[in-house]
Amino acid sequence: MTGAREGERARAPRTFLGMPRTRPAAFPQAAVAATEDATLRGNLTHATHTIRGKRAAAVAELPDWDRLRAAGAAIKDDTLRHLDRYLEQLEAAVTAAGGHVHWAVDAAEANAIVTRLVRETGADEVVKVKSMATQEIGLNEALAEAGIRAYETDLAELIVQLGDDLPSHILVPAIHKNRGEIRDIFRDRMADWGRPAPAGLGDRPAELAEAARLHLREKFLGAKVAVSGANFMVAESGTMVVLESEGNGRMCLTLPETLISVVGIEKVVPTWRDLEVFLQLLPRSSTAERMNPYTSTWSGPAEDDGPRDFHLVLLDNGRTDTLSDQVGRQALRCIRCSACLNVCPVYERAGGHAYGSAYPGPIGAILTPQLRGTASALDASLPYASTLCGACYEVCPVAIDIPEVLVHLRTRVAEGGTYTVRGTKAVIKPAKGHAAERAAMRAARWTMDRPRAYGAALRATTGTRRLHPRRLPGPGKAWSATRDLPPVPQEPFRAWWRRTRGAGS
Amino acid sequence: MSSRETILARVRAATRDAAGTPEPAVPRDYLRVHGDRSPAESVDLLAENLADYRALVHRTDTGGLPGLLARLFAERGTRTLLVPDGLPPAWTAAVDADRVPDRAASTARELDAVDSVLTGCALAVAETGTLVLDAGPGQGRRRITLIPDHHVCVVRVPEQVVDSLPQAMERLDPARPLTWISGPSATSDIELDRVEGVHGPRTLEVVLATV
Repeated sequence: MTGAREGERARAPRTFLGMPRTRPAAFPQAAVAATEDATLRGNLTHATHTIRGKRAAAVAELPDWDRLRAAGAAIKDDTLRHLDRYLEQLEAAVTAAGGHVHWAVDAAEANAIVTRLVRETGADEVVKVKSMATQEIGLNEALAEAGIRAYETDLAELIVQLGDDLPSHILVPAIHKNRGEIRDIFRDRMADWGRPAPAGLGDRPAELAEAARLHLREKFLGAKVAVSGANFMVAESGTMVVLESEGNGRMCLTLPETLISVVGIEKVVPTWRDLEVFLQLLPRSSTAERMNPYTSTWSGPAEDDGPRDFHLVLLDNGRTDTLSDQVGRQALRCIRCSACLNVCPVYERAGGHAYGSAYPGPIGAILTPQLRGTASALDASLPYASTLCGACYEVCPVAIDIPEVLVHLRTRVAEGGTYTVRGTKAVIKPAKGHAAERAAMRAARWTMDRPRAYGAALRATTGTRRLHPRRLPGPGKAWSATRDLPPVPQEPFRAWWRRTRGAGS
Repeated sequence: MSSRETILARVRAATRDAAGTPEPAVPRDYLRVHGDRSPAESVDLLAENLADYRALVHRTDTGGLPGLLARLFAERGTRTLLVPDGLPPAWTAAVDADRVPDRAASTARELDAVDSVLTGCALAVAETGTLVLDAGPGQGRRRITLIPDHHVCVVRVPEQVVDSLPQAMERLDPARPLTWISGPSATSDIELDRVEGVHGPRTLEVVLATV
């Protein structure tokens, strides 16, 4: 028995957080490897292009999309503004409905709470509904350390778990795998986790879905404890809302005796009526459907129907730090639809793993550095993982101005300042490697504040234009390696104007 | 300080800048309904959207319902049929299959051996092709429409049909456990392409019955 346990621990899922075994590479280095993988790029291009056109068509069906989007953003802003009040209201409503509410300041505390709750049931395995929050806190690894095996039941999460891989997309964690690769993983690994793949398994998606159905069915039918997240929590009624497609969510939410939901504190919405906005915005942005196949809502345990015990674990883990940033807090509006990933030219080429967190793509580039801080090389590089083209903002169903937050976070990285870290104000030092940028900006500021110096600088620049190199030397080399230096005109604008009064050259 | 107090104190500190600034209003100028339809047109739209997501749609009236249901279960080869409490007995009068009641004591494995399930619903949403079950009479526990591979759902039209999500939210009670169903179980997890049939019933038949 001990040996089996150790074997399981050796296969514990890899994680982005918790205790990384190696220091994660900064985005540019990680992206280099990804962009050289032709299969990966082909898989990503195929999948993201498939969904783009469908999303646009699903959104175009609703002539009031912009108004729904504005309402969604406003509801979330109201929620964040009064988050303390709504959380207390939610806690009271869930408790009144017979549920138990727990509060977790960080990942370690959330993992400890869930581990304790599972142990109290006597179970040594749990079934899981796909959940970003539990990815974020590395729950599966924490449970494995405690000798509890967590079975992922979402098809893409299953592919990732069987393949000892990491998720690379919010909605479709195995987007980086094509059907042939998925077939190989099922054929080679299913037997290690339970029912083996059917003999002669082909690579048609319907066959692969059938193999997953058979493999997971025995897990569902015998499960005692389930762990889920939630898409929304309604403060006034204490209602949890989970949207899904496959039915694995319904299996986990209704068959076990105990249900534990780990949910970020920003997932609360004030009223039941608010769902009429988000249930229109989310499916069309996410899977490009009018409505996803299954949505479950529950307010505490139902009598004689579904789990007898319901536990809600409310997770901070950097969210209140994010909330304290007046520009960055809009990232907490996110409803995890993944539309921004699907349209992003950088994500399409670099893939999700390069972002080094459960949240890849444009939203990850603004969420991760706020949740985790910008201390590591990886997290400090994320605000730069963008061309600022703005496609992500266009498609965001809650109008998060991702480019605005990216630029704001670049300032934080380059110049430092006072920010809230784990609930306490802290002075962040400017990141290394941005010294030349800061020196150039300081020099520009000094010069542009002094008209005589500015005029002299312009004359010196135009006067020496034939001597300018095509590439910058020293610290500017990296910048000019991928950009042309702007051509310098023969004379400054002011001189040209004095000479001609705009009458032409 | 407990974690609860810590988190609430952090939230208050983080949102202090908003104090005293005017309270922004949530704009509710989005549409209550997309389009102007007669009740019959709403039922048509429901049928169209259900079919678009691969539900099999049938239409009948009170008199034709028992015969239609008998035919659907016969064609499916249903030998055991789950029937929740509160379902009108007339609906299943002509069905030739063993009735299995919806009992709290049944295990998931027992339900897995049942061929088909027949339920009503709380309402249906035309614009999205969605059935909503609220565990009320004729609908049963949530799991009975999940484990059997074949679900037949009767919608009484036009009175159980609403056009839009805003209309649906008004009529639903959040205190009840709700299951929203839009077509059979599906996944987009392989190359972001939709495939029907994963863990939930792989065949969903919807009977729109004029009563």
